[in-house]
Amino acid sequence: MEFIQFHPTGLYPLGILISEAARGEGAVLLNGPGERFMERYAPTIKDLAARDVVSRAILLEVRAGRGIAGKEYVHLDLSPVGEENIRDKLWEIASFARIYLGIDPVRQPIPVAPTCHYVMGGIPTDADGRVISDESGSVVAGIFAAGECACVFVHGANRLGCNSLLDLLVFGRRAGRAMRDEAPRVQTPASKADPVKAVGEDLADLHERRGQERIDTLRRRMQSLMMDHGSVFRTDAGLNVAIDGIRGLKEQFSRVAILDKGRTFNYELMEAVELRHQLDLCEVILTSALHRKESRGSHFREDFPARDDGAYLKHTLVFDRPSGPEVRYRDVSITRFQPEKRVY
Amino acid sequence: MPVNLKVFRYDPDKGEKPYFRSYQVEAEPSDRLLDCLNRIRWEQDPTLSFRMSCGHGVCGSDGMRINGICGLPCQKLVSVLGAGEVLVEPLPVFRVIKDLVVDLDPFFERYRSLKPYLITGTPVPEKERGQSPEEHGAFADAVRCILCACCTASCPVNQDKETDGYVGPAALVRAFRYLFDSRDDGSSARIDLLDRKEGAWGCRTLWKCTEVCPKQIPVTKEIGRIKKRMYGAKQEKT
Repeated sequence: MEFIQFHPTGLYPLGILISEAARGEGAVLLNGPGERFMERYAPTIKDLAARDVVSRAILLEVRAGRGIAGKEYVHLDLSPVGEENIRDKLWEIASFARIYLGIDPVRQPIPVAPTCHYVMGGIPTDADGRVISDESGSVVAGIFAAGECACVFVHGANRLGCNSLLDLLVFGRRAGRAMRDEAPRVQTPASKADPVKAVGEDLADLHERRGQERIDTLRRRMQSLMMDHGSVFRTDAGLNVAIDGIRGLKEQFSRVAILDKGRTFNYELMEAVELRHQLDLCEVILTSALHRKESRGSHFREDFPARDDGAYLKHTLVFDRPSGPEVRYRDVSITRFQPEKRVY
Repeated sequence: MPVNLKVFRYDPDKGEKPYFRSYQVEAEPSDRLLDCLNRIRWEQDPTLSFRMSCGHGVCGSDGMRINGICGLPCQKLVSVLGAGEVLVEPLPVFRVIKDLVVDLDPFFERYRSLKPYLITGTPVPEKERGQSPEEHGAFADAVRCILCACCTASCPVNQDKETDGYVGPAALVRAFRYLFDSRDDGSSARIDLLDRKEGAWGCRTLWKCTEVCPKQIPVTKEIGRIKKRMYGAKQEKT
């Protein structure tokens, strides 16, 4: 779960995705002084370098005071694409710039900054969507996962553009077929506890809370902690600060107030349920990142900037324990492509 | 800057009649109306219900009536809303479930009634079914549809109780999308569904759908092209 992909070009400040198609068609990134800075970070491939490389480059420019007007963004200049191509091939991107910033991207550059985009990790599954429960790949009978919630281990530490279609079209289909074939004969162990009743009681308990903490306040703090310490750049010290912070927020969450006592379209209750899951997942992401003392794909540790295949050419598996998340590792199965040094 | 909103409220569980409630929120000119609604919910009144998901006009879940015109609050910036109180109501045509949430089941039933999927008469090829950029261009605008229901809710034919059996512009945009897809072989089945007064002939060319479409799809023109196609099919038969 430590592998969270940041897309380099989110419309600033909303974070709306400005797809790679823009740079694919010839758009370039410019910093405050108007320099095509990707030439320095990736001399051969420049603006088309991998998402993690471009995201870090943008934030390093910002750190060095070379953002636009010293602020936290750079410019994506679409003028090399040409008016006709923008209209025909980048219609939606142009519409975002027009609607949200009042900018005509034919003539004006779009302000962009890295934005949280995709989670490579997730519920571990085999290639047919069957959820697995340990390092040896034991299948949990009758439970399947597909889509971004799942981790089929194909994206490694850094998904490539368009490959989320694999989750949808390939593994969604494979999981569906496996479910069709296996549903008639799946043997699920009889459970003594009634899980539906337990969830119902848990929801009722949450719904009745009358504490002092507000969901919105806790969520904003969670977002700041994750952006400051768990996003594009990570360090041991920062990750520890964030883990402590998230644990504090989990403790505060136990005193959350649910003011809407209604049962129809109760979004406050839904957001409370979401926030509780989000806080758990934050702890898992940060703990996985803390244990991986190397840099690989989307996970970049400033204190361990090199890749360390000897120690970490492994998948992280996290187990829920009463004392907190427990980190274990699973071997990577490498077939056709051996890991190589990434050179641009 | 302060933004004043007058919001439609209705909670069936409380057994009360619908009413309007006024709110004031602080917002930047670059904030979306959706941000204002969220701020009401998070900071003032958590009982307010409205659907939302992506927040930038891609998911189509937050359609509502803003100052009398159907649209997406995630696409309306505070700076373009004007100075007065902003009137926020649920989409017309559909039954209100709570506050700004309407029952879209009938909308999707009608959408599904026009077979919104590729119909093919040839065996599945080894690779994908190919299409040239020109062939794709024939229906590319229609692909942008996000099924927000703003067009159908704005259509005077759908709003009129006498004619509300009309399948509506959103379903027709999707029918257009497959009718003009070079890979689709289902045109006779599609035309059978469309060639009736509740189908494409229900359209009275009033352009309201085109005016409100948040993805700027030329809805009325596409319905017009369906009508031409149906007329052409009839000529061929006779």
